[in-house]
Amino acid sequence: MSGETSPGGQAGEAGQVPSGTLPAQPGEQRVVAERHGLFGARGTGDTSGFGGLVTTVALPRPSARPYGGWFDEVADVLERRTGEQGLEHAVLGVVVDRGEITFHVRREDLVAVLRLLRDDPALRFELSSGVSAVHLPGDAGRELHAVYHLLSMTHNRRIRVETTAPDADPHVPSTVSVYPTHDWHEREAYDMFGLVFDGHPALTRILMPDDWPGHPQRKDYPLGGIPVEYKGGTVPPPDQRRSYS
Amino acid sequence: MSTTDHPAAHDVQDVYAGTSETGEGRVFTVTGQDWDSIAAGLDHEMDDRVVVNMGPQHPSTHGVLRLILELEGETVTEARCGIGYLHTGIEKNMEFRTWTQGVTFCTRMDYLSPFFNETTYVLGVERLLGIEDDVPEKAQTMRVLLMELNRISSHLVAIATGGMEIGALTVMTIGFRERELVLDLFELITGLRMNHAFVRPGGVAQDLPPGAIDEIRGFVALMRERLPEYAALCNANPIFKGRLEGVGHLDLEGCLALGLTGPVLRSTGYPWDLRKTQPYCGYETYDFDVQTWDTCDSYGRFRVRLAEMWESLRIVEQATDRLARMEGDPVMVADRKIAWPSQLAIGSDGMGNSLDHIRHIMGESMEALIHHFKLVTEGFRVPAGQAYVPVESPRGELGAHVVSDGGTKPYRVHFRDPSFTNLQATSVMSEGGMVADVIVAIASIDPVMGGVDR
Repeated sequence: MSGETSPGGQAGEAGQVPSGTLPAQPGEQRVVAERHGLFGARGTGDTSGFGGLVTTVALPRPSARPYGGWFDEVADVLERRTGEQGLEHAVLGVVVDRGEITFHVRREDLVAVLRLLRDDPALRFELSSGVSAVHLPGDAGRELHAVYHLLSMTHNRRIRVETTAPDADPHVPSTVSVYPTHDWHEREAYDMFGLVFDGHPALTRILMPDDWPGHPQRKDYPLGGIPVEYKGGTVPPPDQRRSYS
Repeated sequence: MSTTDHPAAHDVQDVYAGTSETGEGRVFTVTGQDWDSIAAGLDHEMDDRVVVNMGPQHPSTHGVLRLILELEGETVTEARCGIGYLHTGIEKNMEFRTWTQGVTFCTRMDYLSPFFNETTYVLGVERLLGIEDDVPEKAQTMRVLLMELNRISSHLVAIATGGMEIGALTVMTIGFRERELVLDLFELITGLRMNHAFVRPGGVAQDLPPGAIDEIRGFVALMRERLPEYAALCNANPIFKGRLEGVGHLDLEGCLALGLTGPVLRSTGYPWDLRKTQPYCGYETYDFDVQTWDTCDSYGRFRVRLAEMWESLRIVEQATDRLARMEGDPVMVADRKIAWPSQLAIGSDGMGNSLDHIRHIMGESMEALIHHFKLVTEGFRVPAGQAYVPVESPRGELGAHVVSDGGTKPYRVHFRDPSFTNLQATSVMSEGGMVADVIVAIASIDPVMGGVDR
């Protein structure tokens, strides 16, 4: 990427600074999963000696100022404008990782924040590249993530806005009123993850058949497939095979 | 709805055709050669709306796209898309394969622009690995070369099928004639006409084969002779212009609100092209122009595509000249924990193999054999995090949201496919127009259902 859009060098260093200097920083590194052993094998004897190995999976930790380059400019304006509108607690944290900036936004304030990002002359994120959902069953209390990639053509900048919902209450406000392009994207996220976008004009399945049970891209949804016999042996379906983790 | 049977309905013998009464009114199943009975059946219901299901098997709907049109006479009052008929679960499948194997899946999504699918995914993985700057220049140049050749072949199909749908069959035959030449080049370079899985995390799978440079130069020379044929056939053709001009109108505000990018956006006169604005793979070092048109209609999109093929030829020429000077340079990162150890060569049977490498791992070094086995079966680990590196595909912004949990397989890959997003404009482009113009409007979006449904 060009230097203008991703001031990566400084951003990478900023990621190492211990967080906690900002009021809205969670500060802690979030562990979302644990890995056991080395080869992902379960239910068989451990012949490798690595069976007792436990490693944790953690997402990149929130960053502290300065974020580097234009990241600070966007964060400043957003902080000021959300403050003016009484949304001080809308942005839960900022992660600068690998030259990309992510704003974690409280789901209640998502629509207001996106509207700010779109309309403010200093921000002007006119185009949204859509909604992507991620299911992290180990991220307790925020299992479902909805991720928005926004693009400012005016300033040639790209940011990511992320909001979460727990599995028990999979509701996120619909942002079709701000970015009409989210219509089909939110339907896809609902279809595949079961995320309910409140206020969507017609939240129905889009890729799977209307009467399909379940939401296929959730991690607890099986891949499907049947065991296949081959030369006397049986090959289990892909998600039940021994595999590396 | 009237329940009186029309006499013509009794003549129908085909059990799959004919009419049936439903709660929604009378339903006709059209099978051809039964227009009389349908027209007569509609006669006394003229004051009612007619809903037509066009597709999913209609030849003019670009694959398995289903259009639900509400008609008043020949005017479309409401148009909706039904998609999902080609959903293959590629994103889910990728979560059960290694990072390198993921390329094999995503190349099959938008089957007219496989190299763009591969490249956007691979750029995301490389950003997560932190090896963006370590990818050899030759690999980046080969990616650019293949992507631009691919842009030409994709635009040729867009123009060819778009022409065919309005009855310009010559445009279709010459379009596919030229596309075949591009596919021959793909076969020469990657071994396959489609579904290449050639762009890999860290570089590309293989070096250019001998003779490829000459073949590409011959192709560029030939295309410079043949591209003017399209302009001569279409640009000022009164029928062609009559069908395309003013059809499928969508201005800049509409494009931004609905997230449309690519030729549709550039046909509004806004020169937004990620190759220029947010360059990747070294596009900033190539000399080319962003093509625009200012009519916001299907004709403008046709002209943008035509002009972009010329620009792609310019880039292909520059890339070829560079590759000619880079003979013997590496096409994969030097990191042996990412790059597969063997430099494969395509044998006479079309399969890739490297006898030297097999001799080495089977006969000389047990360590090398173990390392090869681990890397190919287990794959490499990618540090946890997420990345989004979009590329300018022939249809607009194509991006892969790649999420890793630090494992050997992608945790989640979501593709922002431009066909999927752009197809949302069907309603605004075609409502209020004629049925025949729906076909033109959709052809100007150039959706590929493999990409829409993934």
